[in-house]
Amino acid sequence: MWDEIGGGFLIGAAASLLWVGIGRISGMTGVLSSLFLVMDSGRHWALAFLVGLLAAWPVMQAIGYSTPINITDNTGLLIAAGLLVGFGTYIGNGCTSGHGVCGMGRLSFRSFVATLTFIAAGIVTVAMMNAVGLSL
Amino acid sequence: MKYFTPFLSGLLFGLGLLVSGMNDPQKVRAFLDVFGSWQPELIAVMGAAVVTFFIVFQLSKSRNKPLFASSFHLPSLQEVDRRLITGAVMFGTGWGLVGLCPGPALVDVLSGNESVLIFVGALIAGNRLAHYFVGPVKSS
Repeated sequence: MWDEIGGGFLIGAAASLLWVGIGRISGMTGVLSSLFLVMDSGRHWALAFLVGLLAAWPVMQAIGYSTPINITDNTGLLIAAGLLVGFGTYIGNGCTSGHGVCGMGRLSFRSFVATLTFIAAGIVTVAMMNAVGLSL
Repeated sequence: MKYFTPFLSGLLFGLGLLVSGMNDPQKVRAFLDVFGSWQPELIAVMGAAVVTFFIVFQLSKSRNKPLFASSFHLPSLQEVDRRLITGAVMFGTGWGLVGLCPGPALVDVLSGNESVLIFVGALIAGNRLAHYFVGPVKSS
């Protein structure tokens, strides 16, 4: 449980630093979209954020912290899920970070609704997959 | 500081995702498996993150600009509309299918895990398809 609380605190601290430091909301969906807006100087912060994010994995490896990734190897499922997440977060303007952490943290009603909706959809999806015997 | 701040924020964010186990799809799916073998621990990740950001966000209201930039960029959208709900339902469905959302997927990229790379490829493709076929929200 302490790993979850500590990790959550680090995420909250990261979001706080970005807000107090440069006045930006740390949403991964916006960061992802910014990959295609490299000519827009207002988005350059997102590329620096992405570099830091990617650096976390090698840093954890370097300090010897093991971080398991248990994921399906069903290619069709991976592609369908990736497309849904990419498309859905773009039109919904945010994901677990932008709506879930920052949006709820600043008490945005829109983000509360979005977060409850995607968690509910996730719960229904997992329940339906279990019902038909499709698991990880 | 203009670029070091977001770099450090990204690094801390990634470390938080890895320490908490949010980057492990199986753990995320177990969190969503409310009607099966539910493992609720991940709620503490969001709880701790939201509370921390809530406190700092409230404190920041006494400032009229951030430390290293000229203004705060608050999201302008406030309405709950069909576009938001459709997007959240699509996202949640994909999240449940595999157990990855954008942040954890990106933080797992340098593991070289083939499944993660396939997911991230499709994630970027989905983002671009939405951009070209739907486009950004028109700001009013």
